[in-house]
This record gives sequence, C-alpha cells and structure tokens, in this order.
Amino acid sequence: MELILELAAQTVQMFGVLVIAPFLLGITRKVKARLLRRIGPPMFQPYRDLWKLMHKEAVLAHNASWLYRVAPYCVFATTWVAAALVPTYSTGLIFSWSADLIAIVALLATGRFALALAGMDVGTAFGGIGSSREMMIASLAEPAMLLVVFTVALVAGTTQLSTIAAAFTEAHVGLRVSLGLALFAFVFVGIAENARIPIDNPATHLELTMVHEAMVLEYSGRHLAMIEAAAALKLTLYFSLLVCLFAPFGMATTDRSIAALALGGAAYLAKIALLAALLPIGETAVAKMRVFRYPIFLGGAFAAAALAVFLLFVSRGL
Amino acid sequence: MVAVIALWCVAALAIVAASATILGRLAVGTPIIYAGSLVASLVALAAALAHLLDPHAAVATLTLPIGVPWLGTHFRIDPLSAFFLIVTNLGGAAASLYALGYGRHEAAPLRVLPYFPAYLAGMNLVVLADDAFTFLVAWEFMSLASWALVLADHRAPENARAAFIYLVMASFGTLCLLLAFGLLAGPEGGYVFATIRDSHPQPVIASLVLLLVLVGAGSKAGLVPLHVWLPLAHPAAPSHVSALMSGVMTKVAVYGFIRIIFDLVGELAWWHSLIVLALAGLTTVLGVLYALMQHDLKRLLAYHTVENIGIIYIGLGLALAFKANGIDWAAALALTAGLFHVLNHSIFKSLLFFGAGAVLTATHERDMERLGGLIHTMPKTAFAFLIGCIAISALPPLNGFVSEWLTFQAILVSPQLPQWGLKLMVPSVGALLALSAALAAACFVKAFGVTFLGRSRSHAAQTAKEVDRFSLSAMFILATLCLLAGVLPGVVIDILAPVTQSLVGSVVPKHAGPPWFSIVPIAESRSSYNGMIILLFLVISGWLTALFIHRFATRATRRSAIWDCGYPDPSTATQYSSSSFAMPIRRVFGTTVFDVHERIDMPRPGEMRAGNFQLKVFDPAWRMVYGPLTRLVDTAANRLNALQFLTIRSYLTLTFSALIVLLIVVAAWS
Repeated sequence: MELILELAAQTVQMFGVLVIAPFLLGITRKVKARLLRRIGPPMFQPYRDLWKLMHKEAVLAHNASWLYRVAPYCVFATTWVAAALVPTYSTGLIFSWSADLIAIVALLATGRFALALAGMDVGTAFGGIGSSREMMIASLAEPAMLLVVFTVALVAGTTQLSTIAAAFTEAHVGLRVSLGLALFAFVFVGIAENARIPIDNPATHLELTMVHEAMVLEYSGRHLAMIEAAAALKLTLYFSLLVCLFAPFGMATTDRSIAALALGGAAYLAKIALLAALLPIGETAVAKMRVFRYPIFLGGAFAAAALAVFLLFVSRGL
Repeated sequence: MVAVIALWCVAALAIVAASATILGRLAVGTPIIYAGSLVASLVALAAALAHLLDPHAAVATLTLPIGVPWLGTHFRIDPLSAFFLIVTNLGGAAASLYALGYGRHEAAPLRVLPYFPAYLAGMNLVVLADDAFTFLVAWEFMSLASWALVLADHRAPENARAAFIYLVMASFGTLCLLLAFGLLAGPEGGYVFATIRDSHPQPVIASLVLLLVLVGAGSKAGLVPLHVWLPLAHPAAPSHVSALMSGVMTKVAVYGFIRIIFDLVGELAWWHSLIVLALAGLTTVLGVLYALMQHDLKRLLAYHTVENIGIIYIGLGLALAFKANGIDWAAALALTAGLFHVLNHSIFKSLLFFGAGAVLTATHERDMERLGGLIHTMPKTAFAFLIGCIAISALPPLNGFVSEWLTFQAILVSPQLPQWGLKLMVPSVGALLALSAALAAACFVKAFGVTFLGRSRSHAAQTAKEVDRFSLSAMFILATLCLLAGVLPGVVIDILAPVTQSLVGSVVPKHAGPPWFSIVPIAESRSSYNGMIILLFLVISGWLTALFIHRFATRATRRSAIWDCGYPDPSTATQYSSSSFAMPIRRVFGTTVFDVHERIDMPRPGEMRAGNFQLKVFDPAWRMVYGPLTRLVDTAANRLNALQFLTIRSYLTLTFSALIVLLIVVAAWS
C-alpha cells in the first residue's frame, strides 16, 4: 500500500509536469502579447498547437537518417525524465535518489546532444549553424550551471535535490551572498538554456540570428511536436528548479498527508505561474543580443557562480 | 600463480612477435599473428580479473634470475597492477580482434606485425615489473615498439616528423624516470620496489621525484605542455595501434605515476597535490579546446585523449590532497573516480579509434571536411561510434558520466581540506572540469555530425562500404562495455575496492547488488546515482511517447526534398563543416588560448575572382615552450661547438679539471 502511494506520488509528478508545461508557455505568450498591446492567443493555445502538429504528416528529407527520427523521442524522453526528477510539490519521491542535480543537468545535456546531432543530419547550412551555436552556448552555460549546483550542494551538504529542498525549507540557511550569486547565475543560465531573449528568440523564424529554431528547422509534424513539448518541459524544469532551490517554502517534506501535499501543489503552481508571468516582463525590457556578445552574458553567469563557490570554499557561513 | 600466467602470456606475445618476422611474409600470417595476440591478451585478462575479484588473493611475486646479475628480475601482481593488467589486456584483446579484419588492409604487414605483439608484451611488462631496472627496460621497450609502429607508414613526411618528436619526448621521459628511480634508490642502490617502499624518502627527494615523474610519466600520458608529440604520433600509427596508444599506453603511463607516487614514495606533502591539480586542470581544458579545432578525425581523438588524461589526473591530484590530510575515505573516492575514468577512457577511446579506422578503411580519408553522410553507407560503424561519442561526452546513462560524476563528488567534499592553497585550487579545477565536460560534448557533436551525418562531401564518402565483421564485433563489444559500465557502475567500483584499499587504506562503500545497483559514494542523504533506473526511465518514457503518438496521433510520413528555408543548395560545400562548426568556440576562446591565423580574401563587389579563406590553428605550446627550448639547445650546441676544435693539451686539461671538480662535489656531498 505504502509503495503504491509512493508510486502514485511519483506518477503525479511525472505527468503533472507534462500537463502543465504547455500552459506555462501559454501564460508567457499571453503576458508578452499584452505587454506589446496585442490580445495574444488564448492560454491553452500551446496544447492545440501540439495536438495539431501531432496529427500532421511528418515530412522528412530524402537523406534523413534514423537518427533524425529517433532524436525527437530522445530529446523528449531525457527532458521528461529530468523534469520528473526535480521535486515540485513534495520532496523525497520514490525515485528521487536515482539521480542527483548533477545527473539532471547531464540528462539535459544528453537531450541537447541528440538535438544538435539531428540538426546536422540533413546537411543544411541552417541546421549546422543552429547546432554549432547551440553547442557554443551550452559549453558556456553548462559550466555555469554546474557551478551553481556546486554552490547549493556546498551550502546544503548534498547534491540530492530532495535533501537540498528539505534543508532549505527548514529556513536555517538564511540569506547568503553565495546563494544570491548562484540565483543570479542560474537565471542567466536558464535564459540561455531555454533560448529566451536576449540570447535567442523563440518567436523568430527566418532570421540569421536564430539558434534553437535553426537547429530544428527541418522538423515537422509529430517530430516537431515532440521537440516543442520538450522545450516547454525544459522551461518548466528550470522554473521548478528555481522554485525548488531558491524558494522551496510550502513544499511537503516530512508531513506526507494529503493536505500537506495539496498545499505543496498549490504553492508550486502559484510560484511557477508567477515565474511564467515574470519571464516575458524581463524579456520585453531587453533587446536580443548579437551572437558574439553571448560570452559576455554567460561569462558573467560563470564568474558569479564561480565567485559563489569560492566564497563557500573560503567560509561555510557566506 | 597469476604472475606465472601473466608472464607466460608475455612470453607468448614475444614468441608471436618473433614468429611474425617470418609469418608476416605469408598471406595467412596476419590472422595468425593477431589471433595469437588475441588469445594471449584474453588469458592475461582473465587471470588478472580472477586475481582482482578473488577476495583472498595474496600479492603474487616472482623473481627470475635474468637481467642485472645482483638484482635479478622481479615481478609482482598486487591489486593495482591487476587492475592495470585488465585495462591493458582488454584494450589489447579488442585491438587484436579488430585487427583480424583491419590488418588485412595493411600495405606493408612486416612493418606492423612483429611490433604489435611486442608492444603488447612491453605494456604488460611495465605493469608487472617490480624493480626499477625491469620497469625502465619494459618502459623503453614499449616506447620503441610503439615508435616503430608510428613509422609503419614511413613514406609520409609528417609521420617521420611525428616519429622523431615522439622518440625525443619518449627518451626524455625515460631519462626523467631513470633519475627519479635513482633518487628513490639512494646511494645504496636499492632498486627493488620493496626496498624503495620501505625507505621513506626525505621531503626534498620526494618533491624532486614528483616533478621528475610528472615529466617522465606525464609526457607519456600527455599532460600539457608535454602533450605535443601525442596528437602527431597517435594518428600516424595504424588505427588499431592508435587505439592502443591512446587508450592503453597513456594508462600505462598513469600506472607509472600511481605506482611511483602513491605506492613507492607514499608520503607526500599537501602542496604536492597543488602542482598535480594545476597541471591536470590546465590539461583538461586545453586538451578539449585543441581537440575542437582539429579537422583530422584521428588527430581530434588524440587531442581529446589529453583532456581525459587531465580528468584522470584531477582524480589522482585530489586523492593526493586528501591522503596528505589523512582523509582516507575521500582519497579513496577521488582515486576510485580517477581509476574508473582510466577504465572508461580505455574502452571508449579504443572504440572511437576503431571507428576512425573503419572510416579510414572505407574511404581512405581522415579529413572530416571530406567526409559526411557515412551513417547511410556505414550504419553499424556509425552506431558504435555514436555510442562512443555519447560515452566520452560524459552523458548519462553511459559510463563516461559516472566517472565524471564521481570526480565532481570528490571535489564537493574538498572544503574539508584545511589548507588555503587547496581551498582555492580545488574549486578552480572544478570549474575547469565543468567547462571541459560541456566542451567535450560540443567536440563530439562536431566529430560525429561532420563525419557521419549530413551529405557526403566526397565521392569516397558516398561510395563507402561497411567494414568487416571482426572490426564491427570489436567495436560492438566495446560499445556494450560502455553501456554496462554505465548502468552497473557499482560492479566496477567494487572491483576497484582492493586497489584503493592497498593505496590509500580506505574504500568507497560496497555497491554491487541491491538496492537496485545504485551508487552511493559517501552517504545516502548526500548523493546517489543509479544508471540502471535512469536508463529504464528513459526507455519507458520514450516508449510511452512513441506509443501515444502512434495510437492517438498519426504515423503518416512523407519523404521530400530538403526545405532549408526554401533555399536548399545542391552543393554539399554549403553544409556546416568541421571548422565552421568550431568557429563560435574559436572566436570565444581564440584570443586567449589558441594561435589562430585567419586570412580572409574577399573579392570586392564586381570582381570576378574567387574568395579565399585560410585558417591555421597552432598549438601555442610549440611557441611558448618548445620554441624557446629548441633555440636554447641550438645556442648551447653552437657554443659548445667550440670545444670540438681544441688542441690535445686543452682536452687533457679539461678532462683533468672535470675530474677535480667532480671529486670536490663528491667530497662536499658526503
């Protein structure tokens, strides 16, 4: 019985993130449209888009290989598993020990690896430019992300996300310079990894500056649906991670009653909805960057996170 | 018992090598030689594995009355050498199996066949040796055998140059090791390892030995800035030998370092680890950055070996730091991470070189700019190579990730180290390691993407044929090992337990068996990773997704022309090439790390001539280290040249005064 409940809690988490992910994208797009004085699509539009894409025939180039067809599933599966392992409404889910924060970052890297390869599969200039730039961004963002992981791991004394969240909920961590720097770096990395302005523009097409969209340019139909769903899941994952690491209050930790879990769920939904609304506000305030200014942006994140780690090595109290 | 078996295997390899000089002339000779090497390697592998897995196994020693009269030849198998015997013979067996197919394409078999088993024998002997004399002879034998193999295709001028540089570096490395052993043996000349182990060297001697071993073994392993020979020599050899040089010989060099520093010297000060960590961090990032700039597939792989050696040395450096501070369990963790990576790298680097060799056989091309689209013509090779790429990029659920994860865990316990130097060095190394992990992924997206994906850039790539069954089976066996070590890392960690027990006196907790093959290096609440569950999750979620799509959506698929935003270009030259893929990273790091010479010749509007773009990326180690060094040697040689034209009286005076000076030195010393 215990086991069934545990499994149910894990399943709720796994399918929960999948269900809400497009909605978050919907909120983001709506807020952005309103900020630009447009009415914008309804918030459920991303679901309809996905459904429509899934029912369209997939058009493959003549020379597309098996890798091209497998990659979307790979990307989706890795992102989904990673998202399912980030604690959202409750800590200590049954499979949370199977991967720690480093493994979650690496799982996202696996997905990116598959997508970057798929971008090169057909052999077009656009696919190549997208893959090359995506890997460049990743090679700057991932180390910054790992240093953020180091920071929180050093503060909490563990890389296990559930344990970190539980430790941070118990509030004796307090405000710390290192965590502030880590948050700063994390936001920068999240923006870059999710291809948001100022690094990339998810709404553009046919622009030489596009990165992510260039990489998936040849995709259509159900494959594109998978990739879009994975992108939405990735955004959800980063929101969940932000909430879990830097604002875990409300999350069910030791008390596993239905009420506590429901409270955790409500708190989680409110927090990520807020983040989904904040993101476009930030995005409308800045302009898209030129490609070779990314290193400055991401180097800033890397430096901030490295500083945080150094502070922690020097003194556990900072 | 196990020492006897291992030595018989070495003897068998030597006999095979000798018979190759005759058999190599016959057509049937090639398979016989490689089959012989395969059997000998497999027997040695099985013996070493059985020895390491047996919990009651005693340290096996054996002394043969040959060699230096008063010394004899000592052999010994303890857990460390057993582990490295496994690594060596696993690589050796895989390479022999691969060569059963690949070796048939050899133009001049007599230039390869005798040296290949000799090379294997040499590497085994290094690991078995238990006195300085045997060790150095075996080391030099290994170097010379591989040197001969580098020269297998001796007509290409760049191979001759590579072999020359290799010979110089190898001799210099051996000289450093010779001096290190001399210092350790002391004036009494106790060259047997057991004697050295019992004589605790003075701190000054220990420091000197560390530096000498870092240069001696480090030059063989490829620590920056001693790596310059490696990307020249490794690709020059036939591919199965490249695999051995990159995958196994660098590990034998790591063995030399561990044997001398951890086992023979034993006690080191904490600041010694600073040197190792600094070099390791530098090696890691520079290795992968240079690898990214290469467009020769084999040279890219060789440069990437430098990065992995850096990762291994990070583990070793951390182990030294923890050991010097008496935190044995953390030292065991760091050492386990390093040794795990030794095994991993030997597996996937061999696999990747086999893949590169298969591409070379099928297309006669190493330059990625002239490949592409091989996933269609060589699907099996492409698949195996892809597994290798995922593993080496440290991506879950394969094995490369596990060893990097363990290294990260070791870095995360290092705030416990009391010294300030380490408190600043370890996080920097951690940052460099994080950087290199991401760059490695970029490097292998490029390697796989440009070589195997896209449209074929040359006729050779278009008409390539899949390689033979032996080569494929060697690649698939190694790919399977990548997966197994990735999903069952606990088994490998348990195999490593006796090694860390003997070297740092502690082990990482037992892992094999339930619960669910999870690895927990420190404590359950601290960190855990379960490759098997992750793999299961990935498979299930991928399968669920496919099921959902096929059940509730459409499976309709249509083949059509490339879209490419409506402007598809039929020329394959418009694809992203290797150098264009690396361009953003070249721009980001170019000013600081590389010597990049770009020449762009863009015709003005209206001009009818073709545009031209030339790119040359140099390894700054040549400019910064070896340029001044060669100039110094030249200058010194020119100065000393004057000594060549003296009268007989001057020579006698010189000899006499040299004798006096030496006597004074000896008198002052004692």
